[in-house]
Amino acid sequence: MPERVAIVGVGFSDLRSCTPGVSYKEMMFEAATRAYHDAGVDPRKDVHSFVCVSEDFWEGTSIFDEYVPDQLGAALRPVQTITGDGIQALCCAAMLIRTGTARVVVVEGHSKYSDMRTPHHIQQFAMDPILNRPLGAHANLVAGLEMSRYLYESGNTREQCAMVVAKNRHQALLNPLAAYGARITPDDVLAAPPTFFPLGELDAARPADGCFVMVLAAESAVRDMAGQPVWIAGYGWCTDAPSLESREWGEAAYARLAAEQAYRMAGIASPLRDLDFAELDDAFSYKELQHMEALRLCRPGEAGEWVEDGVTRLDGEFPVNPSGGSLGVGHLLEATGLHRVYETVLQLRGEAGPRQVPGARRGLAQSWRHVPTTTGAVIILERE
Amino acid sequence: MSVKITHWPGTSLSSADFAEGRVLTVRGGVKAEYAWDAGVAIGRYLEELKRGRLVARRCDGCRRVLVPPRMFCEECFRPTDAWVRLADTGTVQTFSISYVRWDMVRLTEPEIPAVIAIDGASPGYGILHLLGEVDPKEVRVGMRVKAVWKDPAERRGAITDIRYWAPIREGG
Repeated sequence: MPERVAIVGVGFSDLRSCTPGVSYKEMMFEAATRAYHDAGVDPRKDVHSFVCVSEDFWEGTSIFDEYVPDQLGAALRPVQTITGDGIQALCCAAMLIRTGTARVVVVEGHSKYSDMRTPHHIQQFAMDPILNRPLGAHANLVAGLEMSRYLYESGNTREQCAMVVAKNRHQALLNPLAAYGARITPDDVLAAPPTFFPLGELDAARPADGCFVMVLAAESAVRDMAGQPVWIAGYGWCTDAPSLESREWGEAAYARLAAEQAYRMAGIASPLRDLDFAELDDAFSYKELQHMEALRLCRPGEAGEWVEDGVTRLDGEFPVNPSGGSLGVGHLLEATGLHRVYETVLQLRGEAGPRQVPGARRGLAQSWRHVPTTTGAVIILERE
Repeated sequence: MSVKITHWPGTSLSSADFAEGRVLTVRGGVKAEYAWDAGVAIGRYLEELKRGRLVARRCDGCRRVLVPPRMFCEECFRPTDAWVRLADTGTVQTFSISYVRWDMVRLTEPEIPAVIAIDGASPGYGILHLLGEVDPKEVRVGMRVKAVWKDPAERRGAITDIRYWAPIREGG
């Protein structure tokens, strides 16, 4: 029987729309120092392996993974970078521990989005070069196409999507990390200029810079740690077919299958009954609703009513994105999922301050790798 | 082809087939531009280069002097402690005589990139730069060199504010 795995330390660097004062290395050092202090570990002695997430095009350096060891205390140690969201890195780290390869593993993810001068070109470079790119479409068009079909199939409305934006931006005001907390109304969202209709300017999460580092440990190593352990109960990840011509536009099948894998592992039969809150991907307003339905938190087509009735507000029956989500916190490239896990850990430790979900015992964090991908990951965390 | 196989079936492709559009490919590129934030350590390093000086950071944990400077010590994993001014002289650790430029253009006059350990920094800490005023045949590991700077008005706060490193001649 593989050992249980816990997150024993978490660290962040401040999330901001730009961070001209620090290099990505200094940002990583800041987050790592906090995480190691939180866990009570010395990375030069106590950590056996390091897993990072990054994409060369976001960084502007080929083979970027070679540039990470120094600022993590990982020089001359097993280090690897995987392509994927931060939650996929956590899955990788958990597997290293469960297979007995390492007992203490560090995970890192960051965004230095503001270093990119041509982010839209780079994002478009992710589209198929032969079939899609010659049409000249911006990558966020994919979200517009998906939103149209999702609203058509689910019966949810643009107004309800606008309520998601208002809720998350508002909730972010309680989160000192968040870059985009604001008091805005659904009408403000609907009145914003359209971008890729039905998407409007305020329906899309804005980018931010920042870094998260986490320390994971095997159960047998946890007793030597200072940090309060939060246990990993289950995880899963999934990628759908990439084709824009024939993908599943209405339903987030990748999220449904990733969640099913995680629910099975965690022994969860009824997500709504067995979870106390969720941090769900909301890179675009409709994604939060689509992901609620994919994760069986509500029935298909019901998510819109839930947001309308305030069920998913911080003071509602099932809070979604108490952190403020990507809409309120900022989109953090591959570190996005780690931000959601960071919030989940704080909630389960009872350290979320004014945005604490009372009595939270088990929470879920879910990520999506943004347009044009169909990749998502889910992790379920619980306290003892 | 091999001993046993002397003829492949089918029609072989020539470059003309591609050039004349008989075989279809789609060409394209990406406009990928960045402005990398230098940060605290390298920001100061570049500023000092503009002033014609080299600086390092000292770690009081391992007592090493690190150049290029960094705000953290990768050995001790702790913040470094102080700025240290270095001389603009050093010793060649390794070098190559490059007859081909970065973009594979062949050079008649070779360039001589070298790793130079800087005087005052810990052993093994130095910079990658170019050697000049030296016959490629004369370059040796262990050779003593000194920075040749651009004129102050030409300096931009960049690694190229040093033109190259020239040998220090005995007595001269």
